[in-house]
Amino acid sequence: MEAPENLRYCDSHEWIEAGQETAKVGISDHAQTELSDVVFVELPAPGRVVAAKDPVAVVESVKAASDIYAPVAGEIVEVNTALESDPAMINSDPYGQGWIFKIKVADQAETEALKDSEAYLGGIG
Amino acid sequence: MKESPLHALHLERGARMVEFAGWTMPIQYSGIIKEHQAVRESAGVFDISHMGEIFVSGPGAGVWLNRMLTNQLEDLGTGQGQYTLLLNEDGGIIDDLILYRILGDEYLLVVNAACVAEAWDWLERHAGEGVCLSNRSESYGALAIQGPESKALFRRMTESAAGELPPRNGLASLESAGPPAYVCRTGYTGEDGFELFCPAEETAGWFTKAVECGASPCGLGARDTLRLEMGYPLNGSDLSPDRTPLEAGLGFFVDLEKEEFMGREALLRQKEAGDFDRLTAIRMLEKGPPPRPHYAVYAGDDRVGELSSGTLSPSLGVGIGMAYLPTQFSAKGSALEVEMRAKRFPATVVKKPFLTTG
Repeated sequence: MEAPENLRYCDSHEWIEAGQETAKVGISDHAQTELSDVVFVELPAPGRVVAAKDPVAVVESVKAASDIYAPVAGEIVEVNTALESDPAMINSDPYGQGWIFKIKVADQAETEALKDSEAYLGGIG
Repeated sequence: MKESPLHALHLERGARMVEFAGWTMPIQYSGIIKEHQAVRESAGVFDISHMGEIFVSGPGAGVWLNRMLTNQLEDLGTGQGQYTLLLNEDGGIIDDLILYRILGDEYLLVVNAACVAEAWDWLERHAGEGVCLSNRSESYGALAIQGPESKALFRRMTESAAGELPPRNGLASLESAGPPAYVCRTGYTGEDGFELFCPAEETAGWFTKAVECGASPCGLGARDTLRLEMGYPLNGSDLSPDRTPLEAGLGFFVDLEKEEFMGREALLRQKEAGDFDRLTAIRMLEKGPPPRPHYAVYAGDDRVGELSSGTLSPSLGVGIGMAYLPTQFSAKGSALEVEMRAKRFPATVVKKPFLTTG
């Protein structure tokens, strides 16, 4: 199971880029494995201002729908519209082409308070 | 929770397990879509040990079964099988099942996991003279091997010694060290294939052999998407004691010409009255979230029903589902909408199956 070191992780399995004013957000390799076969992604509207832990997107696999939460407070500035035609990129490249949205981070301290790679991987056993 | 005789094998092979009808069964191995495609394109093997095996024998067995089940079994020869229904007095569906005539007065009923106890009670309560019932659901395991390469796979699995598969819907005996084992040319995927019913302790050997011979291990997830593409109903979702075979579109498997069978009068009355809901096949018109059971179905501003089954069809790449709808909305081409998370998506009524195979 991979979890790149330049990212921070939520207990609800989202990742966010560390130290970026505008940071990409996606779901972890572990989360995409658990979900399997992502067939639909409902993206948030750019411009939306969110609080940490707000549900902002929905990822649907063949079997179930899962909410995706904002890892930190901020403004959604861009969404990965390529997922609309190829949602399976979340499975094939969860930390790359499978990013879901970009958020303008309100407070970097919130990002830093999340788990680093080692702590996250330790937590999922 | 009941465990299949293949439980250890599933865990070893990394299957993801779920609870289904009181059993712990694999929902998937490599992924639902991959497994689905394996069955449509080559072959897959499913553990269906949760299905129940009820044996019926005795000089009165045939006549009695014909009164208990909807299909006409008079013309069913040795080694032949048929899809049929077990109804209550009101014509409601207790279970849909396959009945095989093993030999002479000996029959095998393969019933759904969730219905074994209910079907067994029902049959036992109504058993007549000269009928012997035996529930061997616990001592039998079962596999389904499905896909266009099934026939070749069977030959490899049996090293051609056992010869050919029985014809469509047929049953043949297999060599077994213990109690008898059977191979049946039936399935629940719309592809050619066969099902093996064998003593529990022989199931793992057959499963391993099927995988060695090229079948992809498949879980209940793919079993559900495959059957839904064919418009096959799932008992507990699409069928229930509150629904009759006429409503479920299974009239073909009900012989109303038979003089007597459980539920017949109720069905005749319903047919006469004519106005009843129909299990309707619905296809989404655009890309969207996968439709799922219980999503509301609308015609204009009116909520006219809800999905009993729904999924994203891996073969068609579009959402499909079934719902009981009043007749005026169940005609092919009717414009409908399915509500998913407070948004409505356009859909249309289509003819079953959703997908043409073979």
